[in-house]
Amino acid sequence: MNSRKITENILSVSTATLLITGVAVFGFGCNGKGRQKINGAGGSFPAPLYQSWCFDYSQDISHPKVNYQSVGSSAGISQIKAGTVDFAGTDAPLSEEDCEKSGLEQFHMVSGAVVPTVNLPSLAQSTFTLDGDTLADIYLGKIERWNDTRIAALNPGLTLPDLKITVVHRGDGSGTTHIFTTYLSSVSEAWKKDIGIGTIVKWPCGIAGQKNPGVCNNVSRIKGAIGYTEYTFALEAKLQIAFLAVDGKTVKPDEAAWPILGKTYILTRKDTPADKMSAMADFFSWCKQYGGDTARRLHYIPVSK
Amino acid sequence: MRRILDTDTAFRWFCKAGAIVGLAVAIALVAVILKESMLALRTAGFSLVFSAEWNPADGSFGAAGALAGTAATTLLALLMAVPMAFAAALFVNAAPPNVAVPVAHALDLLAAIPSVIYGMWGLFVLCPLLQSVLSRFGIEYTGFGLVPSSLVLALMVLPYVSAVMRDVLAQTPVALVESAMGVGCTRWEATWDVVVRSRKAGLLGAIMIGLGRALGETMAVLFVCGGVSAIPTGLLDGCTTIAATLANDFAEADGVHKSALFALGGILLALEFAIQATTIPLIGRRSKK
Repeated sequence: MNSRKITENILSVSTATLLITGVAVFGFGCNGKGRQKINGAGGSFPAPLYQSWCFDYSQDISHPKVNYQSVGSSAGISQIKAGTVDFAGTDAPLSEEDCEKSGLEQFHMVSGAVVPTVNLPSLAQSTFTLDGDTLADIYLGKIERWNDTRIAALNPGLTLPDLKITVVHRGDGSGTTHIFTTYLSSVSEAWKKDIGIGTIVKWPCGIAGQKNPGVCNNVSRIKGAIGYTEYTFALEAKLQIAFLAVDGKTVKPDEAAWPILGKTYILTRKDTPADKMSAMADFFSWCKQYGGDTARRLHYIPVSK
Repeated sequence: MRRILDTDTAFRWFCKAGAIVGLAVAIALVAVILKESMLALRTAGFSLVFSAEWNPADGSFGAAGALAGTAATTLLALLMAVPMAFAAALFVNAAPPNVAVPVAHALDLLAAIPSVIYGMWGLFVLCPLLQSVLSRFGIEYTGFGLVPSSLVLALMVLPYVSAVMRDVLAQTPVALVESAMGVGCTRWEATWDVVVRSRKAGLLGAIMIGLGRALGETMAVLFVCGGVSAIPTGLLDGCTTIAATLANDFAEADGVHKSALFALGGILLALEFAIQATTIPLIGRRSKK
């Protein structure tokens, strides 16, 4: 007796389901026929620039829609190998064998500076200088206080605070770490021998932050902290940057002599379908042709055309 | 009248399907974790739990630090949360409704706050606060590590533990409390010696629920633990937990590293399962007189 009502209910539910499915399929279909999409992911070091390029490029609706997710260099490499993204950004270049084995192509996109940042409120208005060897020994945990004689020797006019140094480093695999540890290895034998170069290394001391923003955040929260980030992130977070003494002369990050420079690379798959490949090639050549000003404004060094 | 569809049969099948899907997902989950962790178990073996050398760069995967961090933060969190939860539960049950209801709602609201919010609060408020407060006593502290992790965890488990305790305590037969008062017990004696003793199993179950929640908490801890993979030796040390290690490393892990993370996930799952298995009979007992 009640079964008719139930049947009606079942019918109406089925109709609703069909309608929803129909709308979904229709929507999906539209998406497929619409603008081509290119998805990139990888290092957070070039992310501000890539995202800005993606935005500018995608403004023109005749262009494909490109987006770049800042997931970290190592994650980007994993994703391009798995084929879940169309291109990846990495700051630590893959070896030729690795590229060959995974069917990937790699090219240099831009360069950028990595800077040491410090949280020393009493010195906020002063020029604070470190040198490579001192920076390495701070990260090795050998220099533990800001008023250490070696830091004082580099900053003769300053009254350094009697404060513990809190080292902040990246917790995730990071191209920025690769650039930074490459520099430390080049200036410190002890660093080269004990720690070495890598996207992840075994840090002898300190605490971790997640990605560039996480490191900036921890540095800005902890008095007496020192961290390292890509230059733009440090400026955006309004952190104090420690300048570096190179051959007895203090160098700032926007000068040509700045020693911690990293190249950042793009990875693409050789088995990418031809139409997508040509769309990507168009995007990258657009970046090289028109993206130079944006790059310089964001403190990157573009590759010459 | 002919039935077009036998609704009872359809309903039975629908329920069966639901139950089977649930079971199948659970089995598949365990199977995948086992399969994926085999590589790490073969290469690292026991050093996975006994070594504290965690360095993905050179292929050492000793998670003793993460295990110790998990144990320490969970234990400290429960030490802080349980007395408070118990006091709050007693208060809510004893207070007049116009006071008890808002307090109970406020406690329940704590449970509704997403864990990432607790993490943000920890990062932006708690860590700097700890640093500045301790510096007044001449202690130089980064603000990150065991202390903020367990404080945040304590806050997060408090509403769960308290809610279950409230229910457990509410089940105490009124006659029992009245008899205790009748023979001249003080309020404290009636509560501690009579109510708590008679509700021991249920209260323990409430603590276990808090334990389970604290063990698996990821985001909030990741924000404030400092990400140090060594075994913490002091209260002010940085630390990491199993869940935080998983969240931190998974995106970029491959090979043995990924397998080691699966193995850690397996350990966490086994711990949670053991807790669940001990909790159910404890909580279940409260309904019996």
